[in-house]
Amino acid sequence: MKQHILPALRLTFVCAVVFAVAYTFLILAVAQAAPNKGNGQTVSVNNKVVGYALEGQSFTADKYFNGRPSAVGYNAAGSGGSNKGPSNPEYLQQVKNRLDMFLVHNPAIKKEQIPAELLTASGSGLDPDISYNAAMVQVIRIAATRKLREEKIGALVKEKVQQPLLHLFGTQKINVLQLNIALDEMK
Amino acid sequence: MNTEIFGVIAMFLVTITLAIPLGKYIGKVYNGNKTLWDPIFNPLDKLFFKAGGINPANNMTWQQNLVALLTINIVWFLLSMFVLMSQSWLPLNPDGNSSMTADLAFNTTISFITNTNLQHYSGESGLSYFGQITLMLWQFISAAAGMAICATVFKAMKPVLHSAKEKAAEVGNFYCLFVKSCTRILLPLCVVVAVLLLLNGTPMTFKGKDQFISVQGDTVNVSRGPAAAMIAIKQLGTNGGGFFGVNSAHPLENPNYFTNTIENVCIILIPIAMIFALGFMLKRKRFAWMILGIMTLGFLLLVIPSIYYEMHGNTAIAKMGVLQNLGSMEGKEVRFGPAASAYWGITSTVTSNGSVNAMHDSFTPLTGMFAMLGMMVNAFYGGVGVGFLNFYIFMIIAVFISGLMVGRTPEFLGKKIEAKEMKIAAIIALLHPFLILVGTAISSHLYAHNPQTYAGWLNNPSSHGYSEMLYEFTSSSANNGSGFAGLGNNTPFWNIACGIVMLLARYLPIIGPVAIAGILAKKKYIPESAGTLKTDNSTFAIMIFAVIFIIAALSFFPALALGPIAEYFGMK
Repeated sequence: MKQHILPALRLTFVCAVVFAVAYTFLILAVAQAAPNKGNGQTVSVNNKVVGYALEGQSFTADKYFNGRPSAVGYNAAGSGGSNKGPSNPEYLQQVKNRLDMFLVHNPAIKKEQIPAELLTASGSGLDPDISYNAAMVQVIRIAATRKLREEKIGALVKEKVQQPLLHLFGTQKINVLQLNIALDEMK
Repeated sequence: MNTEIFGVIAMFLVTITLAIPLGKYIGKVYNGNKTLWDPIFNPLDKLFFKAGGINPANNMTWQQNLVALLTINIVWFLLSMFVLMSQSWLPLNPDGNSSMTADLAFNTTISFITNTNLQHYSGESGLSYFGQITLMLWQFISAAAGMAICATVFKAMKPVLHSAKEKAAEVGNFYCLFVKSCTRILLPLCVVVAVLLLLNGTPMTFKGKDQFISVQGDTVNVSRGPAAAMIAIKQLGTNGGGFFGVNSAHPLENPNYFTNTIENVCIILIPIAMIFALGFMLKRKRFAWMILGIMTLGFLLLVIPSIYYEMHGNTAIAKMGVLQNLGSMEGKEVRFGPAASAYWGITSTVTSNGSVNAMHDSFTPLTGMFAMLGMMVNAFYGGVGVGFLNFYIFMIIAVFISGLMVGRTPEFLGKKIEAKEMKIAAIIALLHPFLILVGTAISSHLYAHNPQTYAGWLNNPSSHGYSEMLYEFTSSSANNGSGFAGLGNNTPFWNIACGIVMLLARYLPIIGPVAIAGILAKKKYIPESAGTLKTDNSTFAIMIFAVIFIIAALSFFPALALGPIAEYFGMK
């Protein structure tokens, strides 16, 4: 073993120099050419940063499209899921409460129209997206709160739909932050 | 047809397509053949050998290779303990995160040097950037250590007709194979993947938390950091330790479906490529395809029902009468959807990767079970390097049983398998169930007798809570690192118990196969005859599959019946 200690120490040192330092700085250098220099892309309204493009934020007001429930309250400095098991009675009660709450805020909607993703917490607690159904089911409420025509808001939702990758792979989605910013800009 | 299904099929096909040329390249690297990249890597490797004081031409015996591996791992252990327990005053800590407690540092250190990446902390608050980068270094070199050891076994398996004694000296030099794995295989792939992630918005910065006021007027703090570099090696090295707490479910760690595809391909790319590398090095392509066929069959048997159950949704939520057209969405992200989440869950557990893009704790019961089965077998593709070593053990057992069935001395690739090798193989095969079941039994005993004291452990009641404990030990013993994350695992019991399990489950299954291969290499080569058991046909493939099925099913079925299976029938 003795004869291996010195090579091990020296090799670890070279590895640290190459993989921890040189590699990190190489990627950091490339990052200077990436969106917002690798500091994370932000979204601004009137030159004020209102969010990070990739991360969801809390929308609870009736006049906005609400995002998915978050186990950590959209804490972007402490991501987390609920980690509730599918059969947990306490969890199922929580989903039921969310359902009742949704029906109170959206009296025109029947429960079979409400997609489950609006009642279940995301994995990261920062899910930036909702599905098309989850947006459409909120249109009547938003139109009533904002005193706008439902067709106009429905059209906005359709415009903001992001198709699957190359229209072939993955899911269809809508970014809630983009949608709500566009909503605020609507006359 | 459904675009979600297309997505996962595309991921698998892309992986195989890339793994074939990569495997050939890896084979060339380990053989020491010329490659296109030599002008770049020869000088880099020389730097390593010179600075490390290593003579790469110096062949070592299998015992020396093992000692070299263990020694360098002890060095990493000590360094890592120091960094994690002192990070609060070390540089690069803009968010002012505190140092780890001794038991957490012990767990984290072992977790990262054993290529497990079980995380009992949350990246945003538990590590400084210095700590993150230190762990990233272990991600590189623990993966390379596994690959290097696997390469020595490949070399030992090469048939040499002339002299067995000469052969014994030809298992290669651990340091040389280790350095080449790092520089020629992991590093270039990591650079490509990290750049692709950067372009899609993954951060790479040393700035601390940012703050903004949201549209609704909330003040929000945003964690950032040098993430892109780490995520690349986390996926490629079957490490799986995420930069942020929720791993690749985090929008910064995995921004969209394209990055999800890249990351998921990376999870199983090198494990599959290693099989092709074996075929190339032994010049036995059929043998390699036979191994890949068995692994793929096992993988598909786990992944197809998982995708089905996740897309089918949670039956308890269906009973509420809401629309569940996407499937089970608790713990999942809309941009990936249930199919890609289930596919990731299984790829990540059959290989010893353990990164997640959805919360495994919230999977429907049977998907959770398939994820556990992937780790219990731990040889369908498996971790970089070590996955093949686990499979090697199953092959030895299959050869032995086949030999007994036809009444001949069992031979494997021209070498007699005798009592000594079989004893080693049996011990290693039984170690995995032993560690998992004993660990789960002890924790269940503690919890059942002191539910008040340990109330913080379980996030879910009854059989699902039990599954959380079973999963944790399975993940530790498989050196996987994913978790049923509801388990309150940052306690001395879990930190120390899982640490010990990871330690034993990493080194013993490396020592065993290396020893067997080393012993076999010294034996006389017996040329193939009409009576030789063919190791590259479907009969032998079925034998291996049966051995895997019996060892995994018989040892784990009772434990699974109490957990996910009970939960499944309870929800009917």
